[in-house]
Amino acid sequence: MRNYEVTFIVDPTLSNDEIKSTAKVYTDMIAKDAKIVHNNEIGLRQLAYPIKNRNTGIYTCTEFEVETGAMIDELELMMLRDERILRFLTVRLDKYGVKYNDDKRAGKIGTIVKKKKVVEEDKGRNNRRGNNKRRPNQNKGAAPKPQAKPAAKPEVKPEVKPEAKAEATPEATAPAPTEN
Amino acid sequence: MASRDDIKFLSNPKIGSKRNKYCRFRKFGIKHIDYKDTNFLEQFVNDQGKILPRRITGNSLKYQRRVATAIKRARHLALLPYVTDLLK
Repeated sequence: MRNYEVTFIVDPTLSNDEIKSTAKVYTDMIAKDAKIVHNNEIGLRQLAYPIKNRNTGIYTCTEFEVETGAMIDELELMMLRDERILRFLTVRLDKYGVKYNDDKRAGKIGTIVKKKKVVEEDKGRNNRRGNNKRRPNQNKGAAPKPQAKPAAKPEVKPEVKPEAKAEATPEATAPAPTEN
Repeated sequence: MASRDDIKFLSNPKIGSKRNKYCRFRKFGIKHIDYKDTNFLEQFVNDQGKILPRRITGNSLKYQRRVATAIKRARHLALLPYVTDLLK
């Protein structure tokens, strides 16, 4: 079994009935030879560029299942000859494509949900970097020090500290320009 | 010894450090790229509608190819423009 997806644009200047009938001609033609999985009428949409002096178009997307793709040649030829069809595209779907469409119909993948997901995961990554690593360490570093300073060696520490700072700061600042 | 976290920097050491690129398809397990999803595809296109190179998007070669075909399919169906200004 092979899965295909045909998307085509119908001329919007036709009357409502004509638009429906032209879309139906092709879905019926597919249904004759193949099993239609889903018929998605996307509807009126702004074209990104004018086609045949039309600025809008009515999109229909049909997903179907056939043994062989022999009927697709016929279908495409029909669409090519039809003046009411502005554009069409037939795509074969692999198993991931079929799964994607199923999930989308089930509402698992919406464009908005997907976007949110990406943003959330990005935030999560930033939080992980920012909160979990940095802040606790800063707190740890800050917390024990005041305890250690007055208690243990008040004389030795001030000597060590400026050295450490002097050593550490050039290390830290040095790689920055090279990375630029 | 003072660890890096104890040091007080005069300027933010994070500035100028390189952000790691990654392939979002690999990372989030996206296996299929839909050519009808224009909002998603616009992320891989610049203001003029040109496909962004891999060195900017960070996609792996496999998914960069798929993104490119998806964008080209979207262009054919007038979902995305071939050429424009101020797409975003």
